[in-house]
Amino acid sequence: MSEESIISLKNVNKWFGDFHVLQDVNLEVKKKERIVVCGPSGSGKSTMIRCINRLEEHQEGSIVVDGIELTGNLKNIDNVRKEVGMVFQQFNLFPHLSVKENITLAPIWVKKMPKAEAEELAMKQLEIVKIPEQANKYPGQLSGGQQQRVAIARSLAMNPNIMLFDEPTSALDPEMIKEVLDVMVDLANGGMTMIVVTHEMGFAKTVADRMVFMDEGKIVEEASPDKFFNNPESDRTKLFLSQILHQ
Amino acid sequence: MNEMNQVRKPPVATTGIIGWLRINLFFNWTNSLITLFVIYCLYQFIPWILDWTIFSADFKYNYLGEQITNQEMCSRNLDPENGGACWAVIYVRFYQFIYGFYPKVEVWRVNIAYAMLALALLPLLFAKLPYRKYFLYFTYIFPVIAYFLLNGGLGFTEVSTNKWGGLLVTLVLGCTGIALAFPIGIMLALGRRSKLPVISMMCTLFIEFIRGVPLITLLFFGMVMLPLFLPEGIDMDGLVRVLVAVTLFQSAYMAEVIRGGLQAIPPGQYEAAKSLGMSYWRMNLLIVLPQAIRISIPPIVNTSIGLFKDTTLVIIVGILDLLGIGRGTLADTNWLGLSYEIYFFVSLVFFIFTFGMSRYSLYLEKKLKTGINMGAD
Repeated sequence: MSEESIISLKNVNKWFGDFHVLQDVNLEVKKKERIVVCGPSGSGKSTMIRCINRLEEHQEGSIVVDGIELTGNLKNIDNVRKEVGMVFQQFNLFPHLSVKENITLAPIWVKKMPKAEAEELAMKQLEIVKIPEQANKYPGQLSGGQQQRVAIARSLAMNPNIMLFDEPTSALDPEMIKEVLDVMVDLANGGMTMIVVTHEMGFAKTVADRMVFMDEGKIVEEASPDKFFNNPESDRTKLFLSQILHQ
Repeated sequence: MNEMNQVRKPPVATTGIIGWLRINLFFNWTNSLITLFVIYCLYQFIPWILDWTIFSADFKYNYLGEQITNQEMCSRNLDPENGGACWAVIYVRFYQFIYGFYPKVEVWRVNIAYAMLALALLPLLFAKLPYRKYFLYFTYIFPVIAYFLLNGGLGFTEVSTNKWGGLLVTLVLGCTGIALAFPIGIMLALGRRSKLPVISMMCTLFIEFIRGVPLITLLFFGMVMLPLFLPEGIDMDGLVRVLVAVTLFQSAYMAEVIRGGLQAIPPGQYEAAKSLGMSYWRMNLLIVLPQAIRISIPPIVNTSIGLFKDTTLVIIVGILDLLGIGRGTLADTNWLGLSYEIYFFVSLVFFIFTFGMSRYSLYLEKKLKTGINMGAD
C-alpha cells in the first residue's frame, strides 16, 4: 500500500442477498487523482463507490478513507461523510427547499456555520457552477442540467476532499450533459480527488488519470486512459469499448 | 405574414360563463335533464328550509309575542300550521351548550380561554402575520395557560372537570387530542420504520393494538382500568383519563398516516442527506418529515376531523360534550320533542369547526405546493 493513498479498498466483498455484487475489489486512490469507473450495468461500479461513503455496507475486506476505516462505528461514518461529497444520478435535491437552502442546509446544521456566512458560501458555489441567478428558485423549476449543477454546488459547500459521482449525466437530456461535464472538468482541474462512474468516454479521456473497468463485481482492468482506450488488455474491455464507442 | 403572427383566441363558446355552463351543465341532453332536475329540487328545498330555519322560526318569542320557556310555548306546538323551528331552546340552554355546568362567576375564565385559543391559532392560520414568531411562542405556552385558567390553581379557584361540559369539553378533547397525537404519531411512525427491531416491534404492537380496538373500548379502558395501573394514592381526573384514551387512539391513526407519507419519500432523499453528513434526527427533521407531512396533509386533516367528531363518544363514560348537553336537554320534560332544533344546532356547530379544518388543509396544500411541486409549472 502506498503511503499517499487517500482511499484504499482491500479485498472488498459484498452481497445483495445471494448475489455477489462486489468480489475481492482492490483499489487505491491517491490524493488529487481522478478515477473514471466504467462497465456494463450491474457490474457493481455504483455499489463500489457507494461503499466508499457507506451508503452501502461492505461485508468483507477493508475500506479506509483518509486514514479512517469504515466499520460499524457511527462516529467514523460521520467523519468520512464529512470528507466525501457525492453527486447522484437522480440529483436528489431537496424539493421542499429553495436552491440556496439546499446548499446552506448542511453547512448550517452539520458544520454549525452562521446563516449569513453559509449564504455567502452558497452564492460562491453557485457562481462556480454558473447558475447564481437561480438561487431563489425551487428544484422543480430548474432543468435537469441546472439541478445537477446545484447538487454539485451542494456537495462542494461542505468542502469535501473527495468527490464521488454516480453516473451524474445518465438522467440528463443530451443537450444538458455538456454543462454538467464542464463543471466537473473545472473541478478536476482545480485538484479535487474524484471518482466518477460514467459512460462519457470523452470526459474520461480529458480528465481521467486512471480508468477502472468493472464487470460482474470484479475490477477487470485498471490502466491509464491512453492504454485503456488504445490498447486494452482484456477481451471483456475490448468488447465493452467496441460497444459503447461504435454505436 | 401579419395574419400569421396574430394571437388566436379560443372560440367564445368554450370560455367565460356561457362556455362554462355549456360544458358543465348542458353538454348533452342527459346532462341538461339532470341539471334541470337538480334545479327543480333546489327550488323546492331551499325556500322550505329557509322558511323553517329562519322566517317562520321562533328565536326568543313565539308568534303571540310571549317569551318561550318550554316546548309547549313554541309556535309549532301551539299551531302546527304556523310555526317553524323553535330556537328558543338553544337560547335558553345556550350557557350549557357552550360552558356546561361551569360556575357563572368563573365563566370569564372560559371566555378568556376561548379568546386565547383563537389568538393561538392565528399564527398557524396566517403565515404572513406580522411578529408571527412571538405569536407562535404564545401558541406553545397556551396549553399551560389554558390548563391553569380552566382548571384552577395559581390563585384561580379550582373548577372540577365534572362541571365542564358542552363545547368546552368538545374543544378541550379535540384540540388536546389532535395537538398531542401529532408529535406522538410522528415518533411512532419513525419508530415503526426503525432498523432497531425492538423499537420497531414495540411501535408496531402499540399501533396495531390501539387501532384494532374501538374507541369506546379505549374510553372504558381509560375510565375503569387506567387507575389500576397507577400507583396507589394518585387519583386521575376523569377528563384526563378520557384524554389519555383519546390521545392514544388518535396517535395510532396519526402514526399510520405519517408512515404513509414517509414511504412516499424516495430513498435518494435519505442518501443525499446522509452523504452530506446529517445524523438520523437531522435527516428526519430537516429533510424527510417536512416532505412526508406535506404529502400527508389531506389524511392528517381527515383523521383529525374524525377525532373531533369521535369525541362525542365520551358521553358513554358520563362526560357531557356538546352532543351530550343536547341529549340532556332533550331528556328535560320542558324541552321534550325538540330534537330537530337541537340536533340541527349541534350539527351546525360541529360542521363549522370541521369545515374550518378542511378549508385550512386546502389552504396549506396550496401554500406548500410551490416547494414540493416537481414540475416547472
